Amino acid sequence: MAKRIEVSGLHAYYGGVHAIDDISMTIEPRSVTAFIGPSGCGKSTFLRTLNRMHEVIPGARVEGKVMLDDEDLYATGVDPVAVRRSVGMVFQRPNPFPTMSIYDNVAAGLKLNGVRRKGQLDEIVEGSLRGANLWNEVKDRLGKPGAGLSGGQQQRLCIARAIAVQPQVLLMDEPCSALDPISTLAIEDLIAKLKDQYTIVIVTHNMQQAARVSDRTAFFNIAGTGKPGKLIEIDDTSKIFTNPEQKATEDYITGRFG
Amino acid sequence: MTSQSGIEAHVGTPARPIGGAVSTGRAGDRIFAAAARGSGILVLAIMAAIAVFLIWKAIPALQKNEANFLTSEDWNPNAVPPRFGIAQLAFGTLMSSLLALLMATPVAIGIALFIAFYSPRRLASGLGYVVDLLAAVPSIVYGLWGLLVLVPHMEGASKLLNTTFGWIPVFGGDNPGKSSIFTAGVVLAIMILPIISSISREVFLQVPRAHVEAALALGATRWEMIRMSVLPYGRSGMVGASMLGLGRAMGETIAVALVLTYVPGINWHLLENGGSTFAANIAKNFGEAGEIGRGALIASGLVLFVITLVVNMAARAVVARRKEFV
Amino acid sequence: MTAVSKSAPGPGRSAKGSSLAPVSSSRKIKDRLVQGLVYAAFALAIIPLLSVLWTVITNGLARLDADFFAFSMNGVTARDGGGGAYHAIIGTLEQVAIATVISVPVAVLTAVYLIEYGAGSRLAKAISFFVDVMTGIPSIVAGLFVLAMWMLTLQIAPEGSGFAGALALSILMMPTVVRATEEMLKLVPGDLREASYALGVPRWRTICFVVLPTALTGILTGIMLAVARVMGETAPLLLTIFFTKAINFNPFDGPQGSLPTFIWDQVSNPQQTSLDRAWTGALVLILLIMLLNLGARLVARRFKPAAGR
Repeated sequence: MAKRIEVSGLHAYYGGVHAIDDISMTIEPRSVTAFIGPSGCGKSTFLRTLNRMHEVIPGARVEGKVMLDDEDLYATGVDPVAVRRSVGMVFQRPNPFPTMSIYDNVAAGLKLNGVRRKGQLDEIVEGSLRGANLWNEVKDRLGKPGAGLSGGQQQRLCIARAIAVQPQVLLMDEPCSALDPISTLAIEDLIAKLKDQYTIVIVTHNMQQAARVSDRTAFFNIAGTGKPGKLIEIDDTSKIFTNPEQKATEDYITGRFG
Repeated sequence: MTSQSGIEAHVGTPARPIGGAVSTGRAGDRIFAAAARGSGILVLAIMAAIAVFLIWKAIPALQKNEANFLTSEDWNPNAVPPRFGIAQLAFGTLMSSLLALLMATPVAIGIALFIAFYSPRRLASGLGYVVDLLAAVPSIVYGLWGLLVLVPHMEGASKLLNTTFGWIPVFGGDNPGKSSIFTAGVVLAIMILPIISSISREVFLQVPRAHVEAALALGATRWEMIRMSVLPYGRSGMVGASMLGLGRAMGETIAVALVLTYVPGINWHLLENGGSTFAANIAKNFGEAGEIGRGALIASGLVLFVITLVVNMAARAVVARRKEFV
Repeated sequence: MTAVSKSAPGPGRSAKGSSLAPVSSSRKIKDRLVQGLVYAAFALAIIPLLSVLWTVITNGLARLDADFFAFSMNGVTARDGGGGAYHAIIGTLEQVAIATVISVPVAVLTAVYLIEYGAGSRLAKAISFFVDVMTGIPSIVAGLFVLAMWMLTLQIAPEGSGFAGALALSILMMPTVVRATEEMLKLVPGDLREASYALGVPRWRTICFVVLPTALTGILTGIMLAVARVMGETAPLLLTIFFTKAINFNPFDGPQGSLPTFIWDQVSNPQQTSLDRAWTGALVLILLIMLLNLGARLVARRFKPAAGR
């Protein structure tokens, strides 16, 4: 079910602001790709172009091509709603639906897609919660509000919600930045487990995290304020962290960054 | 917080060179604080005075009343002996306001959704202003428009409703007219649209982006996003907003007074001419009212005051509850 | 995780291999339907607004002449042409001015108490609650109150006066001005107050010469909007200023005219000459209100940069 993403010549804009400039890369299936780089370098923006969430911001637009195996996400006639169903997303801050129970949160995407049969829903909800390493903690209180869980549990609930609709790709936008170290570890374990089935892309500020969880790492940078973000290089994580091609990458990962 | 640190800062400067200035400051402070506090208390006093004086001036008329004030449908306070009751007024007020609420709430929420989620961002504030213009038009102008423009057009609409929905008791009757409680409801609906839609809009705009994006990222269409994220979040805000609208509709005077033609007695056929409301009754009968007549009108105004007070307090409570839940 | 993979034909997966299969048509139709309804709701609200403005302007122009602003209705019967609303315009301006003078100091001081002094106290909570409730008082009840207290109990100008009308209007203005002032005082940054206290400036001088001036334009906007709101009030005036066709400059003695009651009076006659005057009265009233609204917007725009920080 995991698919390859091939991006070519991608530009993104917020109104008149050029946010990312001419990015091309290939993201391999069943692997974890990490995006690193200084704040404002466009890595989150780029992530959001991969499931067409970028364009929900008023005035935002995208140019270029994003191929999911052999389908262009930005081809005319492609419905962004269908794209987002295939490319799931987990956000920086856990955002379970506050009025819904734990069960309903996981089932939300399924219900949208017309799964109504109780038995099938139960099965997928349980499977997704197990998949998110959350089942044992919540199985006795599925009817309680999702907002009552701890931050780390909420984030895993959001991951369960995202994988319940069986996407091809899972995007994670700094999923651990609002969490404590123990919860962060739980999410990292989960990422390692999920990559058997999904193409995972994760944006992170934490370089140790990138080194721990990812197979490949992409480094983004900006030339200065107001300039668009660029992809500096993408390579195997071990290569990026030991022997990067670019001087800027080396400066950044060794902390010699201006 | 700031006010407390203010006290400390002030008290903490004892070594001022000119002692006189300090005492002036303190006296000034005391006077100013007392004035501010007094003004606040005055507001409470006004609310209390409204209740007290309305009760006081209503009592003599109520004592001379020969009919049951709560259940009688007559309004003859100037007759000998005076007979008056609020049954018809309460009925008309309730029915016209409820009709207005039923008509206005869906439209108002639609408008709020339109401005918050459907209209182009650049237009949103301008469109909001256009809806607010509806609120700026005074009620006398709605009354004038209602009487001279809307009422002549209502006959056809009433007949149509009567023939298609006549089997529903309130739309039944043999003589659907144009100066009916239904017409009053239409005018009131237009008048309470802006308040319901502007409060709903405010609530919608406060829906956290995270909830909106959570729904969209799951592959929800715009409507599904609204159903999953916006409406649950805004529910109590919308309920409170429509209750405030209800309160406003019940108190509206002039537009209703101009549109309705008084026919004595409660008539459940809301499409037929007739009906009256607390407020419209006061405006229409005040001119001819004698001493007891005025007392009777004040008594009916007291009832209106209490009803709107209850509705408004409940609405505020509902809106306030939203703040705890986020 | 095995459960995930075994959960048979995944949701939303089309039979073919394509992962971007279009959304089911029923979902799409529902989405479009709601969009249509939402657009329709907006259009539906615009119709009465346009109709009101259109009829008021077209019908009102008939009598929008110099006479309308120069003459009263003294000696003019419903059937006669001519006549004007001079007496009514005078009355409205006087009543609104007096109402403003009465309500603004009380309202601003109340807001100062709520924000600067009483914040969090039980008294402040009670006041705040009743200010909210006060916004919901039907305007006719405010009129009845002034009638019952001022005219029937205290027996001051029992035959009606512009001042009694102004009292009723001021009750309606107060809560709006309190709320607007409160909002503006909240916007004044706390460090501005602290800077002033740190210089040893007494609290009341800080409030009067630092806090209030900072919030001034915002408060002005609120006052103008409140004035615009009460200017069109009819019901309380019916019970307090009564009717006169003649000019009465003195708001403290005898019945006075006003634009809203002028319209109410004219529309009660079936003659076209009378209805024309009513429409023109409505046009003038709307123009005054729009002018105030516009003024408030302009003042607010000037304030924006300061509030933006």
